[in-house]
Amino acid sequence: MVGIKSYGVYLPYYRLNRPDISKAWGGFQVPGEKTVANFDEDTLTMAVEACRDCLNGFDRNAVDAVFLSSTTYPYAEKQSSSLVAAVLDLNRTARTIDVAGTLRSGTNAVRLALNAVKSKDASNVLIAASDLRLGLPSGGKELEFGDGAASLLISDTDVVASIDDVYSVNNEMYDVYRLAGERFVRSWEDRFVREAGYGTVVPRAVSEALEAFGRKPEDFAAAVIYAPNPGYLGGVAKKCGFDPKKQAIDPLWGMTGNLGSSHAMVLLAGALEQSKPGDRILWVAYGDGCDVVSLTVTDEIEKIAGKRSVQRMLESKSVTTYQKYLRWRELIAVEPPMRPRTEPASAPALYRDRKCGLALYGSKCTKCGTVQYPVQRICMECRSKDEFEYYAFADKKGKIVTFSHDNLAVSPDPPTTLAAVDFEEGGRIMMDVTDRNPSDIKVGMPLEMTFRKFRQTEGVQVYWWKSRPIR
Amino acid sequence: MESIKDKVAIVGMGCTKFGENWDKSFDDMVVDAVYEAYEDAGIDSDDVQAVWIGSYWSNLPAPSQPLATTLKLDYKPITRLENMCATASDAFRNAAYAVASGACDIALAIGAEKLKDSGYSGLPTDDIAMGLVSTAPNTFRSRNFTAPGHFAMMATSYFNRYGLDPDEGRTMLAKIMAKNHRNGTMSPKAHFRREITVEQVLKAPMIAWPLGLLDCCGVSDGAAAAVLVRKDMAKNFRPDPVYIKALQIAVGPSAGYMNPKNDWTSVEETFRAGQAAYAEAGVTNPREEITMAEVHDCFSITEAIIYEDLLFSQRGRCKEDIDAGTFEIDGSLPVNMDGGLKCFGHPIGATGLRMIYELYKQIQGKAGPRQLKNPGLGLAHNLGGTPGGATIAVSIVGP
Repeated sequence: MVGIKSYGVYLPYYRLNRPDISKAWGGFQVPGEKTVANFDEDTLTMAVEACRDCLNGFDRNAVDAVFLSSTTYPYAEKQSSSLVAAVLDLNRTARTIDVAGTLRSGTNAVRLALNAVKSKDASNVLIAASDLRLGLPSGGKELEFGDGAASLLISDTDVVASIDDVYSVNNEMYDVYRLAGERFVRSWEDRFVREAGYGTVVPRAVSEALEAFGRKPEDFAAAVIYAPNPGYLGGVAKKCGFDPKKQAIDPLWGMTGNLGSSHAMVLLAGALEQSKPGDRILWVAYGDGCDVVSLTVTDEIEKIAGKRSVQRMLESKSVTTYQKYLRWRELIAVEPPMRPRTEPASAPALYRDRKCGLALYGSKCTKCGTVQYPVQRICMECRSKDEFEYYAFADKKGKIVTFSHDNLAVSPDPPTTLAAVDFEEGGRIMMDVTDRNPSDIKVGMPLEMTFRKFRQTEGVQVYWWKSRPIR
Repeated sequence: MESIKDKVAIVGMGCTKFGENWDKSFDDMVVDAVYEAYEDAGIDSDDVQAVWIGSYWSNLPAPSQPLATTLKLDYKPITRLENMCATASDAFRNAAYAVASGACDIALAIGAEKLKDSGYSGLPTDDIAMGLVSTAPNTFRSRNFTAPGHFAMMATSYFNRYGLDPDEGRTMLAKIMAKNHRNGTMSPKAHFRREITVEQVLKAPMIAWPLGLLDCCGVSDGAAAAVLVRKDMAKNFRPDPVYIKALQIAVGPSAGYMNPKNDWTSVEETFRAGQAAYAEAGVTNPREEITMAEVHDCFSITEAIIYEDLLFSQRGRCKEDIDAGTFEIDGSLPVNMDGGLKCFGHPIGATGLRMIYELYKQIQGKAGPRQLKNPGLGLAHNLGGTPGGATIAVSIVGP
């Protein structure tokens, strides 16, 4: 049986109230809030967080492949999935594929994974969908789009939901699009997008799929259908034969906004969390066509009953302001601080630091057991030389020994909170504390690790780790 | 191991005005400091046999060779060195060791730094030197490094450990800054020469919580120089030479950044360098035997913790001495008589020799309105790096 063995979700800590945007521009009052990635996050860091949630408790060495999906990769040329594989410390032989170009890329990746597992090319394929899309300020897309990521582990053992059938159609039209090199998503007139696009393609594909699967709408406990907003969803769910109030609900729009290529996957994770063994779920993604997937929840779902990935991410949040959002996305030019210029990153130095920097490995002395970061060839306690094993810090928890809130450090969200972080199982690392309210920071506060963007210079985006209050 | 005590004498010193020296280049300041020292010692450049010049950021990558051109020190050995913010103290130490070894009889130590050509506030950063070109920081650097950000962490931890609420703690620190500014008004060569009140310190804009703008020393340009000779030659140059009693440097293994045993309420390097210097100088009770000190008040909290690490105050109890006025210019152990880094600013490579310049002038009775009555042993404490990983120089000089 091939299906979903685990899932993970990442939603950024910050929310933006839509009325805050409307107030700035004097436009329509649109209710609800949207998730907003912090200034130190991008598609890749969010994908990493979702994958870490997905792989929690699983053997990383068993992952045979990682397929990412997004419309907003940080690099046009340079694979994000291989960078993610390095961060997650996956096997060197893990296959990496970036699926791109469409909001349907998440389910596209699932199809690829499914075929890989069915053909015995792989046993465990890690998938992540992540997006950070931009609408022009004061437009409808800015109100609509949120940021987030989700991850699935596709496997042929111990699945929480089997993937029984898949049906796909492609569809060429200019409804939602963005030229390579442009930052902001465009779309054609809403009537055309809804009537000729989404409202036609989805019902037709679902009806064909159900016929091909030999199923009826009433066979499904839930229909998880991607829609850019609730206005689109209700009519289409009904057209497909589902009860919009019971079977086809999208609670995300009011809380996160449209999460792009990760939207359908986050919805599915939410549906899995509320499912019971035997439930059938119809999962529908739209974008340049439509993918329809039929799943059946297994008894294994009870083993992950306490996971609450979606709920946890929805509940742990803080509201930011539209002004900060504009600065974080570099949508307004601000006067740069009078501080030294940032030196370009060095490719050879980054290359050497893959394990310690990207995967956050320190060393543990094999003579005296002292844990230290970064890797110390000569042990800081017993002075033995080159007697160490690599020691992973990424999933360890720490606490604040001391901290400061630095207004001089250059940051799009001053002050920079800097802390000495001591880990529960040993070791200390100096780290920024992100996703925090400065007035909540106290000595002794527990922290967890999060993968983040650091500076970007001359075409190189440097990533490393920060700490954050536990979510 | 032999001691440096009473082997080397200072017979001449020079120091420029510290400040935003817009009209002086690095070379101009070096010439001014060195020629003041020559004149003070009664020598000229022909007498100099070897030179150590300390600078951290200036004239990189090659300050040594051009110095021969600037000073016309034809065909003499000249070495540039750095040891972070304790650079000038180390130039002084190297020159003293050369004299003590007999390799030369007259050596020149120079510390100089030009920071204000940069166009920004705070210190420069050098991402390559600091290992920040990689994803991972090297041993002792976190991301987004600034000096106030790091020293502020010492204040957070000190307040927390000794149960001072932020207002109490910040008031204790503000008193140190007000003291240094009172002293600075009497220092013609200082950058800042106005009094500040405790209230002004507390209300200043926040730079790195819990440190405000007036908890931080300024950034300035400056240079200082010393002429060193063998002890037995000293009286040939002047009747009142000043003798070196101890020169110690302790460079730490970045325990604050890596080792959970370190809690940021003390700088172990200061304690160790202090212990070694006291032993070398034969000091057994520093609080009684040291008569004055110039210490590295780059930030208010730094000076507070120095009191404890140098055993001027008991651990966790410097507040009592601060409140009692112990370290005021008329107190029992005056600290930063010239106003310290707080008033002079901190031209990285020059500061250590500026400290020794003040001790030298005090011992000779030439410190003007800030002259102490009976100066004896004087201590200079020069901190390089940060509390997480420091280079500490402790020098003791005396009549």
